[in-house]
Amino acid sequence: MNWPLVPQQFVTGLLNGGTIGLIALGIVLIYKSSEVFNFAHGHLVMFGAFLTWWFTGGGAEPGGALIDLPLWAAVIAALIASMGLGLLIERLALRPMTGQPLLAIMLMTLGLAQLLEGVTAVLFGVALKSNFPTPFSPSDVLVIPFPGAFGDAIRLKYTLVATFVVAVVAASLFIWFFNRTKTGLAMRATAESHEVARSVGIKVSRVFGLSWGIAGVIATLGGVLLATVSGVSLNLSTVALIAFPAILLGGLESLGGALLGGFAIGLVQALVQASRLIEVRNSAEIAPYLLLLVVLLIRPEGLFGQKRIERI
Amino acid sequence: MAVLRPAGDFDRSYKQDMALLRRPWHYWLLGVSLLAAFTVPLWGNAYVIATVNQVAYTIIVVQGLNVLTGYTGQISLSQAAFMLVGGYASALIVTHAGLSFFIALPLAALVAGGVGLLFGLTSLRVKGFYLVFATLAAQFIIPWMSRHTFKAYLGGSNGAIEAPVPRLGGLYFGEASNFVYISLIVLVITTVLLYNISRTRLGRAFVSVRDNDLAAELLGVNLFTYKLRAFFIAALLAGVAGALKAHSQRGVGTEFGYGLNESIIYLGMLVIGGLGTNLGPFLGVAFIILLEDLSDLLGGVLAAALPELSGQLLTSFRPIFFGIALILFLIYEPRGLAHRWQLLKAGWRLRPFSR
Repeated sequence: MNWPLVPQQFVTGLLNGGTIGLIALGIVLIYKSSEVFNFAHGHLVMFGAFLTWWFTGGGAEPGGALIDLPLWAAVIAALIASMGLGLLIERLALRPMTGQPLLAIMLMTLGLAQLLEGVTAVLFGVALKSNFPTPFSPSDVLVIPFPGAFGDAIRLKYTLVATFVVAVVAASLFIWFFNRTKTGLAMRATAESHEVARSVGIKVSRVFGLSWGIAGVIATLGGVLLATVSGVSLNLSTVALIAFPAILLGGLESLGGALLGGFAIGLVQALVQASRLIEVRNSAEIAPYLLLLVVLLIRPEGLFGQKRIERI
Repeated sequence: MAVLRPAGDFDRSYKQDMALLRRPWHYWLLGVSLLAAFTVPLWGNAYVIATVNQVAYTIIVVQGLNVLTGYTGQISLSQAAFMLVGGYASALIVTHAGLSFFIALPLAALVAGGVGLLFGLTSLRVKGFYLVFATLAAQFIIPWMSRHTFKAYLGGSNGAIEAPVPRLGGLYFGEASNFVYISLIVLVITTVLLYNISRTRLGRAFVSVRDNDLAAELLGVNLFTYKLRAFFIAALLAGVAGALKAHSQRGVGTEFGYGLNESIIYLGMLVIGGLGTNLGPFLGVAFIILLEDLSDLLGGVLAAALPELSGQLLTSFRPIFFGIALILFLIYEPRGLAHRWQLLKAGWRLRPFSR
């Protein structure tokens, strides 16, 4: 360990973890209400980022933009569009699959992911878009004095702090929505048992649609946050894949667990980079998956998930 | 065989009951298709030969996946990573141990099988979704290791090493038109093996694990060892296919693919062909590879028409076509092309009363 780097990496990792947790939340949301594990979520994240970028007029030549919205309006437009996309996906692709085995549903989301990837590439091009508008410039740095750290201070980019705040606020809002509002309670009831939910008058198919719509919104928000840090590209879907270890760590059924899992994954990724060994530093991209294997072998249900008891 | 047969059609001897080829037209079909496949280098152009070679080794890897996912019901997203292991093992054995490719091929398969066993160990603890994640982890860890460990042997950040051209006596398999014979012969061997696995104790145990693992255990099928056997066979065949791919492309490494995308495409090929059928891998692989070539063709035409967009049009139609095909098959024909073929045969037999 390169100790002077640790405080900096610790805080950076925690801040990155907020976005990972928010992305993980979207997957858990769909899993909880409809038992569909959405492998296309990473691609929804990427698509949302591209949509926002397009709404800000990033794709057109300067002056001749078809649509040229300020960032906040572009985000809102993209959120609405992706909510529609989520509803559409549920209605056209997942509704016919109700009751099909796990493999078929999983492959359906994988097929959707491929389709989204191709469509994004055709619509927006494959090159990295570095002109994503950010409210702060990369040189805006918050310096917190911290004796013992590298340079006796922790440097935080404003962008990173802002994404963390947005991610945590949004995640808390969704968790509150899920636990306290009538619609949220209906979704939880559906997650518990489809038959029981039906018998108390909840329209299960509407809940499925709604959860996909909300998941689309969460994905786009996550995409915007990722894009402000690293620009818009097709790689964002791969970046979003590290939400999977976060979910398994937190437990498949736990929304709060997904958020905490995100923090843990962010921390692991950042702390690995504080190592003195180049091999360990290079392992930042697979460290979450190694952690995933360990979790699967030691505690497959995750930290906050339900333990599965099988009845014969 | 669980195929419905008309009344009065029954077997009179054990030998007849165990026969794979039961009707005159089976012999004819087999003979004609083998003849067509093995004479490809004589009548095909470069594109046909290369495609037949690609289809042959891809069928082998999907056959392996079929044992694991189709028969045993364990979903795996790491088939491409096991292929990478096989390719590397074969290339390294030929280069550094100086052995012939034809000895390196089975050795590489065993190495890949061993790695498959290692990751299959997680199936002791988890199943369903959770196993998918374990294999997903394998799919990330193995290619990463090929880039970041043992850089002198595995090519490091180049992401590729060279795979020597196979030789046998005076024969030299440098061209696709020669190499395709190796791929086809190996394909015939694996196909015969898999036909027999699927109808013996091993195959029936796999199916029972898939259909109901608790019931299978009560019947005396040791879940863990049978799951491991399925993982071993899947990785073994992936290793064979990886070695074939490596030596026909003359190189192996992450530069040549072997990523999560390939693993997903193999699963898609299997489902489109038909899960848990011996015919499925053949139909699915041929269908998807031809579809990919078609989408490349379409992308090329469109890119020529709209040159300013060529960067995004050339490569984007593969995922779009694959995604649409997979979605349509899952909704309208989840049992795949092999099921269509069965329906067609039944319809022919029952004519004019079919429909």
